[in-house]
Amino acid sequence: MRLTINGHVHDGAPRPGQCLRTYLREAGWFGVKKGCDAGDCGACTIHLDGEPVHSCLLPAFRAEGRSVTTIEGLAGSCRPEEPGPEALHPMQAAFLAAQGFQCGFCTAGMIMTAAALDQGQKRDLGSALKGNLCRCTGYRAVRDAIAGVAHCDTAEASDPIGRNLPAPAAPQVVTGRACFTLDAPPADALHLKVLRSPHAHARIVAIDTADAYAVPGVVAVLTHADSPQRRFSTGRHQDPRDDAADTMVLDPILRFVGQRVAAVVANSVAAAEAGCRALRVTYEVRPALLDPDQALAADAPKVHDPVDKPGIDAPPLTRHPNLAAEVHGEVGDVAAGFAIADVVYENTFRSQRVQHVALETHGCVGWRDPDGRLTLRTSSQVPFLTRDALCDLFGLERDAVRVVCNRVGGGFGGKQEMLTEDLVTLAMLRTGRPVQWEMTRQEQFTATTTRHPMRVTVKVGARKDGRLTAISLAVLSETGAYGNHAGGVIHHGCNEVLAAYACPNKRVDGYAVYTNTLPSGAFRGYGLSQTIFALESALDEVARALAIDPFDLRRINAVRPGDPMVSNSLEPHDVVYGSYGLDQCLDLVQRALRADPGPDPEPGWRAGTGMAMAMIDTIPPRGHHADAQVSLDPDGRVTVRVGTAEFGNGTTTVHRQIAASALGLAPDRVHVAGADTDAVGHDTGAYGSTGTVVAGLAVLRASEALAALTRERAAELSGAEPVACRLVGDVMTTPSGPLALEELGPLAARGRADGSPRSVAFNVQAFRVAVHPVSGEIRILRSIHAADAGTVINPMQCRGQVEGGVAQAIGAALYEDLAIDSAGRVVTQALRDYHIPACADVPETEVLFANTHDSVGPLGAKSMSESPYNPVAAALGNAIRDATGARLTATPFAPDRIFRAVLAGVSGEG
Amino acid sequence: MDLNTIETVLRPQGRADLPDWRNGDACLAGGTWLFSEPQPGTRRLVDLTALGWTPHAITPEGLTLAATCTIAQLDRLELPPDWIAAPLVGQCCRALLGSFKIWNLATVGGNLCMALPAGPMTALAAALEATCTVWAPDGGERHLPVTEFVLGPQRNALRPGEILRSLVLPATALTRRTAFRRISLSPNGRSGALLIGTRDSAGAFALTITASIRRPVRLAFANMPDRDALGRAIAETIPNELYYDDVHGTPDWRQHMTRHLAEEIRAALADEASA
Repeated sequence: MRLTINGHVHDGAPRPGQCLRTYLREAGWFGVKKGCDAGDCGACTIHLDGEPVHSCLLPAFRAEGRSVTTIEGLAGSCRPEEPGPEALHPMQAAFLAAQGFQCGFCTAGMIMTAAALDQGQKRDLGSALKGNLCRCTGYRAVRDAIAGVAHCDTAEASDPIGRNLPAPAAPQVVTGRACFTLDAPPADALHLKVLRSPHAHARIVAIDTADAYAVPGVVAVLTHADSPQRRFSTGRHQDPRDDAADTMVLDPILRFVGQRVAAVVANSVAAAEAGCRALRVTYEVRPALLDPDQALAADAPKVHDPVDKPGIDAPPLTRHPNLAAEVHGEVGDVAAGFAIADVVYENTFRSQRVQHVALETHGCVGWRDPDGRLTLRTSSQVPFLTRDALCDLFGLERDAVRVVCNRVGGGFGGKQEMLTEDLVTLAMLRTGRPVQWEMTRQEQFTATTTRHPMRVTVKVGARKDGRLTAISLAVLSETGAYGNHAGGVIHHGCNEVLAAYACPNKRVDGYAVYTNTLPSGAFRGYGLSQTIFALESALDEVARALAIDPFDLRRINAVRPGDPMVSNSLEPHDVVYGSYGLDQCLDLVQRALRADPGPDPEPGWRAGTGMAMAMIDTIPPRGHHADAQVSLDPDGRVTVRVGTAEFGNGTTTVHRQIAASALGLAPDRVHVAGADTDAVGHDTGAYGSTGTVVAGLAVLRASEALAALTRERAAELSGAEPVACRLVGDVMTTPSGPLALEELGPLAARGRADGSPRSVAFNVQAFRVAVHPVSGEIRILRSIHAADAGTVINPMQCRGQVEGGVAQAIGAALYEDLAIDSAGRVVTQALRDYHIPACADVPETEVLFANTHDSVGPLGAKSMSESPYNPVAAALGNAIRDATGARLTATPFAPDRIFRAVLAGVSGEG
Repeated sequence: MDLNTIETVLRPQGRADLPDWRNGDACLAGGTWLFSEPQPGTRRLVDLTALGWTPHAITPEGLTLAATCTIAQLDRLELPPDWIAAPLVGQCCRALLGSFKIWNLATVGGNLCMALPAGPMTALAAALEATCTVWAPDGGERHLPVTEFVLGPQRNALRPGEILRSLVLPATALTRRTAFRRISLSPNGRSGALLIGTRDSAGAFALTITASIRRPVRLAFANMPDRDALGRAIAETIPNELYYDDVHGTPDWRQHMTRHLAEEIRAALADEASA
């Protein structure tokens, strides 16, 4: 067929069932993204004869004779292999000026849609953008872009710290030229597809591969007979022993519906799919454990054989094979604390499974470089830990494997796992060919990881004056079929929630149990969102019972500098008050709420307010390391090499600002290269919000060392003392005259940070909501969030991190629920059934920053990526309680639960 | 998404070109559902848009919509001024879960054939007493009301080889006053209950209930019932098990909202003087 793409005639022959999305990508237009492949997310939006359509839904043959415009051609005609048009389309320029993106994976589709809106549609973006999902921003920055509001700081200023500098990759992101994981794969790559278990618990008796091998194009079938016999954990930590080694690349025992049964590698996706359909598998079905409450019963089906060893972070103390991890501890005397309390509140709170829904699904492509070295380009937050895990699993030397990331389309903890790289490596070793595996959105829901569902029983005692006398938590965390992050999450989830309060008597009993369900894993907040939901809800009830303002109750009880930070044991730790801004956060939110409580509710709706707070350690425990190398290149420019991946966290921008500040250079002279195991010695990875506080500190140290080297070099050349040489305006001034940077290089310096000591960051969230007492509908009238992030290196970006965290948490608090049926199958397999917040669902959140300077983090900065998520569910639940009198104890607070709770007029799960 | 099992696409130019139906065939209209889910059992697509049906026609008898009329074409229609039910068209288009970009592809007939409880075209057609014209494979055709076409979640009345050709919304229905109510678990989410009331100049009232129940139900009353009579009629017509249960709303909430929205509609149409 013949069509026009971006102004040029294109001839091709689409396959009969091919959609236009893949047709365009095969033609080299990688700006057309796959977020869902089902018409829900809009990342693949293109213009067909000027009308915006989802190209994943359009049969490719229907483009015959039509004119197609992709993001690359929005501003003018172009060809894939050439640089795009010089000028930007006004909407691209608007997204650039507003920085209306974070990871950028949805951006092409967002801009293509926005560019097609008329004025009426722009006035109702909630409707106009309901087919465009962004998981990072919370939509405020998108709305600003479409409204033409600019945020980038373009002024020439001396110090880049504290300025709203744009992301270095922004021009590529808005033009669709930023390369993500599977853009421009090797032309000869084979494709991998996986047959997945239909049973929650079964043993593979036999796999007949003959029919699969008979499918034209099938190159290899991989079964458990091909798998390395070593066990590993998909969860990645600095110390791999933290997580139970309980997973195999391909295992004859299937422990959840959706587990890999076998993989087919073929010349095309179609052949690999056909190969999977042709596999004949005989299963021996075993009894399945689906209810976490039954996991520790004596007669419960056993998910794992006793040979599997638990992880060493929070290992189980008692012997039940379904126990994956355990935490117990008591400080003071909790029973005595409750005995002297004037008020005791106890309730059980449940947090459901939620999914990360990064817009870019998991995917990986691997090849051998010219030296024969295995190279994998993957969508990961942990390239170094993945390389190390692959080497351990396949018995390879560290220098035999290279793992790199392009720009990554969102993480949220979901990519602190090795979910694709092991199988792609096995397929490469088996076939000797490049291999690509791109997960579908359906696989993302049914076979990756989720937040740990938790049942938290909280008991709080307080005296009349508001002083807490005792807190106890009993936590049941469901890790699903595998123990990845089971220990870390129960450990972390029971830590800062308690350490935030100066209460003499505290107790924790936490269990993480296996079930025959989809594995849980790392998720933004790492256990704290679930426990903070429980404790901050309970504290709201205590405040009500004592008639104390909820802000004041926190002021009375929250830790202050000088207080020991104690969770459930008196063991020494390395957490310090690098700075303390909780008091400011509480004041800022309370003042803002008083100054503007938001609009009045409509008649018939009931309004209420609620707040909650959260504390988080700025760095994960047990070691978190980053190397950085900063070089002054012969062209006078500076290159920063780090291990950190950029997935919308904005660390590339921050690293550039830190290096430019330390060297006294204009930021645009600094190039940041990240996420390559060849680039630096080691990087634990971008998880636990460490991109600024660990990798950034390494960049700062390397930059300061390079600054010293350049002064010494200038001193040598000029004969002056180093202290007499100064970098000013990209020129080295010396007593004997200026030296251009080109004359000083090449020079390089290294820096390292090891993640200790650690500091604490704080978040306070308040909402005013309206609830319809009949329908159970909820509307957010006002949302205010204060964050203590220390020195804010880039306020625009940090605001975006807070807004995105609040938006994602609103999704988990109000809408999202990864449902599993009575046979263990995931019910919600598409975005239309798993509702993540769309533009209409997310209110504007006023973001306020405490004014503190941290003594631990680089240039006074603290972490601020995951923590804004943590207080949101409780703040919303407390606001609903205030509006209706009903205490909701299970998220999501959906209308069909709220109405029941309000009708009942009592507390309950709704 | 790519439907990799498709081997053939037939693009019939006229009715005579329609193939004999066989297993693995699927009719392709807008493709917005077909291409949104894996279809491992489908081998051949029959592209109905190739037939070149006129999307819509306005006649004194009413509004005829080809099954292949897109939501966007329907939404852009200028209807005669005395068809005061016209606002329902826009309301139902906006009730579609898909965005305006989906409207450019998705079709009225496709929405009916999908037979999802929340299908807003089903609601529109049922409320306006549309008649479906179905082409039979033997060259004949049959006609049936929408409430007999949509039988349950993803179950319609088409027999193998039959094709939904068009629907006719009679002018009499289009001249009725209307009231529209909808609720979902999120502001723009999939409808958990979608109810439409109509009232004609003689005072007859009809309530069409969709989304909250497994198939559309239209309750007709010669005169406006009072609150209790309407509640009784709903309770008698809709047994508990007909309320739909999926992730877009629990059955008890859907039942509760059905009663609540029905009463709102009754009140809205009772207050107004007859047109």
